[in-house]
Amino acid sequence: MATFKIKRYNPEIQREPYYEEFQYDPPEGTTLLDSLNEIKWTQDGTLSYRMSCRSAICGSCAVKANGHAILACQRQAEHVIKNDTVVLEPLGNMKPIKDLVVDFDPFWEKINKVTPYLKPEETKPEKERHQSQAQFSIIDDSSTCIMCGACYSDCNVLEVDDNFLGPAALAKAQRFVGDSRDKDRKARVEQLSEPGGIWDCTHCGECVERCPKPAEPFHRIKEIMTVALEEGVHNNNGARHALSFTKSIKHSGRLNENVLPVESIGFLGVKGIVNLVQDNLKMLMQGKVPTVIKDVFGLIPVGLRMLKKGKIPPIIHHSVDDVDDVKRIFKELKQ
Amino acid sequence: MRAALEVSKELDVAILTKVYPSRSHSGAAQGGIAASLANSEDDSWEEHMFDTCKGGDYLNDQDAVEEYVKSASRVIYELEHMGCVFSRDKDGKIAQRAFGGHSKPRACYSADRTGHAILHALHEQLLKNAKSIKIYNEWYMHSLIVEEGRCKGVVVSDIRTGEVEVMQAKAVIFCTGGYGRVFKITSNAFAGTADGVIAAYRAGIPLQDTEFVQFHPSGLWRQGILFSEAARGEGGTLLNSKGERFMEQYAPSRMELAPRDIVARAEQSEIDEGRGIDGKDYIHLDLTHLGEARIMERLPQIRQLGIDFIGVDCVNEKLPIQPTAHYSMGGIPTDMFGQVVIDDKGTPLTGFFAAGECACVSVHGANRLGTNSLLEAVVFGERSGRSALEFAREAELQPLNEKHQKTKTLNLFEEIYQRDGTESYNDIRNEMKEVMMSQCGVFRDEKRLKDCISKIKSLQTRYKKGKITDKGNLFNTELYEIIELGNMLKMGEIIATGALNRKESRGGHFRKDFPERDDTNFLKHSLLSEADDGEGIQINYKDVTITRYKPAKREY
Ligand SMILES: Cc1cc2nc3c(=O)[nH]c(=O)nc-3n(C[C@H](O)[C@H](O)[C@H](O)COP(=O)(O)OP(=O)(O)OC[C@H]3O[C@@H](n4cnc5c(N)ncnc54)[C@H](O)[C@@H]3O)c2cc1C
Ligand code: SF4
Ligand code: SF4
Ligand code: FES
Repeated sequence: MATFKIKRYNPEIQREPYYEEFQYDPPEGTTLLDSLNEIKWTQDGTLSYRMSCRSAICGSCAVKANGHAILACQRQAEHVIKNDTVVLEPLGNMKPIKDLVVDFDPFWEKINKVTPYLKPEETKPEKERHQSQAQFSIIDDSSTCIMCGACYSDCNVLEVDDNFLGPAALAKAQRFVGDSRDKDRKARVEQLSEPGGIWDCTHCGECVERCPKPAEPFHRIKEIMTVALEEGVHNNNGARHALSFTKSIKHSGRLNENVLPVESIGFLGVKGIVNLVQDNLKMLMQGKVPTVIKDVFGLIPVGLRMLKKGKIPPIIHHSVDDVDDVKRIFKELKQ
Repeated sequence: MRAALEVSKELDVAILTKVYPSRSHSGAAQGGIAASLANSEDDSWEEHMFDTCKGGDYLNDQDAVEEYVKSASRVIYELEHMGCVFSRDKDGKIAQRAFGGHSKPRACYSADRTGHAILHALHEQLLKNAKSIKIYNEWYMHSLIVEEGRCKGVVVSDIRTGEVEVMQAKAVIFCTGGYGRVFKITSNAFAGTADGVIAAYRAGIPLQDTEFVQFHPSGLWRQGILFSEAARGEGGTLLNSKGERFMEQYAPSRMELAPRDIVARAEQSEIDEGRGIDGKDYIHLDLTHLGEARIMERLPQIRQLGIDFIGVDCVNEKLPIQPTAHYSMGGIPTDMFGQVVIDDKGTPLTGFFAAGECACVSVHGANRLGTNSLLEAVVFGERSGRSALEFAREAELQPLNEKHQKTKTLNLFEEIYQRDGTESYNDIRNEMKEVMMSQCGVFRDEKRLKDCISKIKSLQTRYKKGKITDKGNLFNTELYEIIELGNMLKMGEIIATGALNRKESRGGHFRKDFPERDDTNFLKHSLLSEADDGEGIQINYKDVTITRYKPAKREY
């Protein structure tokens, strides 16, 4: 017998959410969604969640199990039950409507922001446009996205920054940035390089972990970054921030100058900034305004705001001991 | 969505769906969409047409089939131009592969997620044309408003708030999909509950050929989830408990790639005769000889399904499969322009159109070939859209009795809330699915069907004595499930009644007591409509249009 601890919420009846425990013994070879259904159909009909295809293709049934977003229909119940218990909650970063049902409207609004359709040349051939297998493979992964919102739910940046387009919209964007049939590649990467776009991702990789499909947004974000730099799109805040930031870190002599591929800009970004902050901690203590920090504050938009809010990107979870100091510095800086 | 895009070229259109448009079950289609592009081998629309008619056991209306297969290449190029992602051959053209019942490799595909690729390409176009297309997602359609012989709109409710509204429209197009959910083992989504066809039926429109339900040979054991025919197209074999490739006995020339009805019956016979694996109700689909590289390239999603849903990796283990209720050949009768017709003479119901799986044109006849239904949804989506556009351009909104229409649905809600019985809706649903599967499934006969009908009727009575727990307005999925169950109970009765009446075997409908096709008495469509008392079911017939290919014995 397993305990399903489910976060219940029905504002018609009670304003505050609460947890309710259900006992159910899932037969071998059944999914978490099967369990939810059995609980709903035999124990409590008021339990609400979304589902449709039950074959991991419609993207309806994403929920949080033990704190991480998953597709309920894609997981064997026995695999998510730990010590006879599983905790089920609605997706994060979206407003709950009832029980495990959340409001997807903001999610779709962001999808809408990335011009989510092909912009081909006006003239159409009589038959299909040709696309090589290699060109197809560039968009093969991003086109598997089922819009389930699992990545969106668990993205650390979205927790602190509503403006961030988020992993799903960016994966969708790569679907067109990488499409050999699209004529707007440059304009797309320009738009995606603006604040709220690719450069605001902190490279935590959470979305890759959560994605039930090969879409894996973070990898797609890196691909867009590569295209942006290839296309010479540095002349915007995001890329400039990233580049000059890299430069300043280089300056500080803390990093290996030879290895700064696109892939690691963000990673070094956050980590580097912490180093800088530590460096200048002493200055601050002495009552001087550390200019480096001022600059940097403008440079890295989101990573720092996360630090400020106490949301630490997982990559520096273990490596930084002075987080409190960092927070204090920002507090003082603000004053 | 294809229909809406067509309408949006000139007029405003609303899409209403109980899920979200990109979550419709078309997304689950894996294998491909048919067209005689001839990208890998010579092909022609005539061959496509012949295969379709033969596959449909000659119950297809051939004038419609001709229009349909002729449009195929164009609509696929159009999808490609919109941005749909297709797998490519080495020349960069759309890749095509073999599929059951088709004599040529004509399935265009996007790895093993073709439906998903098309659905999302269309959804992208909706977003692009957002000015003239409004999406009402998570709204539920309850009934069709037909007054003075004319369709005037639909009664709907917002699932999020429970609010009931009347949606007035110059033209209404139903694209509500199939109804496989009435069966225990099915590949269909939870949303496939016959709402659209039953709303039409309740509005006085007959349903056509509903006895023809396709059972797909490769449903995942117990779950019914589909392993695409592509798995067999790529060389997968079917084995019984003795390890025999039993298709040799049933369709020696096409083997595993014979049409679905034939393969499903072969499997069921093996199972019924005790040659299921370990004597159970499944047989094996073997892909192990294909090798990991090929499986990863061509069937990655299928491999993942096996791993996720039963923990079987088809690279080195055989998959347990059984026949699963998959596709509804029957539905709302339309002409080849998507206009709904209400009798054997083709009398139109003004302002009402239908397309896709809920419609019966009929291009599939008694059995649909794989990859032909995505094509149907796209071709007739476009056609019904154009018909609706042409109609609405000239039409006026009709006055209607809004209060009366709304009250009917509000009363239904109220009645369900008030029921204070002891019956469990869950038991009723399970019993319905069980009896439909065992008595009205792959094999049927008079005794089983009569049994099935009387059981369904008793379930309908018990249904009135259920009890709801959730009486709130907010996202009340329990309420909608109960309404859907009501629709399915009616649908089950209609399917079984049609099956009992058709004393022959043809395509997806197999009567053990009448194992032969009977062209003298049954080369005709059945039309089942609500009797005047609102309870009974009345049966009429409609002629089949035969143009090029005279009915011949169907052998593979
Ligand atoms: C697993 C699987 C694999 C398949 N593979 C293939 C394939 O490879 N090739 C092929 O050609 N065909 C395939 N098919 C068949 C094909 O996918 C379907 O026939 C086709 O996609 C149906 O499309 P549709 O637009 O008619 O319906 P759907 O895509 O099912 O859409 C129905 C819509 O109607 C809405 N709806 C229904 N009732 C209501 C209501 N009461 N209120 C509001 N909205 C409602 C639903 O929410 C949904 O949005 C497959 C089918 C399945 C199940
Ligand atoms: S890698 Fe970027 S997009 Fe993905 S979860 Fe982390 S911050 Fe969000
Ligand atoms: S990228 Fe992955 S996790 Fe995010 S919405 Fe798409 S399928 Fe879901
Ligand atoms: S129910 Fe469709 S993804 Fe789970």
